[in-house]
Amino acid sequence: MSDSTGLPTAPGPLRLTGYAALQVLLFLPGVLLLVLTLVGGLLTVATIGIPLLLAAMTGVRWIADRHRTLAAATLGHPVPSDRLPTEGMKLFRRLETWARDPMTWRELGWLLVSPILFLFSLLTCLLLVLLVTGAFWWYGTPHIMKLRASLDRAFLSTGHTERLEHRVEVLTESRAASVDHSATELRRIERDLHDGAQARLVALGMTLGMAEELFTTDPDTALRMIAEARDTTGAVLGDIRDVVRGIHPPVLADRGLTGAVEALALDMAVPVQVTTTLAARPPAPVESAAYFAIAECLANIGKHADADHGWVTLTWREGTLVAEIGDDGRGGADPDSGTGIRGVMRRLAAFDGTMRVSSPLRGPTIITLEIPCALSSPRTTPSSETA
Amino acid sequence: MRLVVAEDNALLRDGLIRLLEAHDFTVVAAVDNAVALGTALAEQDADGAVLDVRMPPTFTDEGLKAAIDARAQRPGFPVMVLSQYVEQLYARELLASGEGAVGYLLKDRVARVSEFVEGVRRVLAGGTVIDPEVIATIMAGRNQEPVDRLTPRERDVLALMAEGRSNTAIAAALFVTEKAVAKHTNSIFTKLDLPVAPDDNRRVRAVLAWLRI
Repeated sequence: MSDSTGLPTAPGPLRLTGYAALQVLLFLPGVLLLVLTLVGGLLTVATIGIPLLLAAMTGVRWIADRHRTLAAATLGHPVPSDRLPTEGMKLFRRLETWARDPMTWRELGWLLVSPILFLFSLLTCLLLVLLVTGAFWWYGTPHIMKLRASLDRAFLSTGHTERLEHRVEVLTESRAASVDHSATELRRIERDLHDGAQARLVALGMTLGMAEELFTTDPDTALRMIAEARDTTGAVLGDIRDVVRGIHPPVLADRGLTGAVEALALDMAVPVQVTTTLAARPPAPVESAAYFAIAECLANIGKHADADHGWVTLTWREGTLVAEIGDDGRGGADPDSGTGIRGVMRRLAAFDGTMRVSSPLRGPTIITLEIPCALSSPRTTPSSETA
Repeated sequence: MRLVVAEDNALLRDGLIRLLEAHDFTVVAAVDNAVALGTALAEQDADGAVLDVRMPPTFTDEGLKAAIDARAQRPGFPVMVLSQYVEQLYARELLASGEGAVGYLLKDRVARVSEFVEGVRRVLAGGTVIDPEVIATIMAGRNQEPVDRLTPRERDVLALMAEGRSNTAIAAALFVTEKAVAKHTNSIFTKLDLPVAPDDNRRVRAVLAWLRI
């Protein structure tokens, strides 16, 4: 959550009266929309109710958002809407989500009591209009409006307990996802070793065994087999290298996130500029998650973006590691398509990390990864890793 | 030829010593960590070093750092760096530490004994030997570069040149005559704007140009 930067603090009585006037104007549409929503809701059994409900609810949300903005401006701190996300959902899913969302019911409840709230705003406006009460208007408006804004806030924003509950839910989900993820990873590693390196080593043993038998009788064939065996060792090492890269890329262990991202950039077909202001290293798990996320994004640039240039910036501010990966390609990247991006999001979720994708058609595509973490002092002590 | 060998794995170290001594190199010091490597390089009168990237005490990239340090103190000091994996970043850092006399190979390449020994010899003679895996990644990622002016055949020749091969070896690998290779190399030097200089040096600079250093 960001703090209240950008919000005007303590607006004067005149501005507050302006807010009040807006609230007065919005009152009747609000009541109308409430009625329409109720009618629409009752009529959902008949098909006609559904479009009505959709339209009315959209209106309700719009009006509630306006009031949130006004309340936030009055109080000087944000009044978040905390709705369940419905972007890109099909019509019925969206309706269902709205129905499940406690915020929907809060908004309707708020509309139900809006006549009382309306009186506060009306009073503020009247105090100004009837000039005799000027003094009272000057001193009273901030208090009246603050009261109204607080009430709005109480109705239109989640409380502390609800927020905690939601947090627990998110944590449970992300924990389950990361447990799943690591189990899948272990299975993949086991399979890679079993089908790759292990199988090749068995074949290697067999080739050497046969070469040993043929050594005296058919030295030429034995020699050929030994050469074959040597090639197999190369392939085994290649397999093991791939497995190791998938677990923990060696360059990440050597050089940390900055060096590893530079190494990734060097391997790209398009020139990628890396700018970093990280003074120290993030914790190893965060480093690893960020590395794989950036690697995935860069791989996507290589595969889909059709770009001439790319860039990566790494910064750490206010307790958050921020990585921005951009390209000047054709844009139109869709975070919902492709398992790679979803995998990245799951990985980041385990650290409360988030991923934002901005990719208008014809570009540029900018992906922002944010992971809250602390930075360690630069590491000089030996690690426990082995060569 | 007197060499310092640095490798923390005893089996590999012994193998390397045996292999090198069987090919008429003298191993003047064999060490297993970066600190001892520094001392050995300072004390021994060696002609070059063969070393591992990862070594105690931190098991990260001190072999590489030691190599670069050694070359900072003795410019052009030949080093052959071996690693379990190769990284374009490290290849660039090594090459940037002076013109030539460096090698950077996957450890697996040691198995091809004659090629490996030939590589060490080339490094000691001031040549450059870069692992084909590094070269393959660079090849895959190339577009809009001065190297673009090269024909596919010239690119093949340049790739083999980066592996540190002589014209004879390149001719053998590409099944052409040595004369044809010489023609290609000259054309590469012209296209990459490399002025006339001793041939070995120009070969190194062609590779450097190619690695964007």
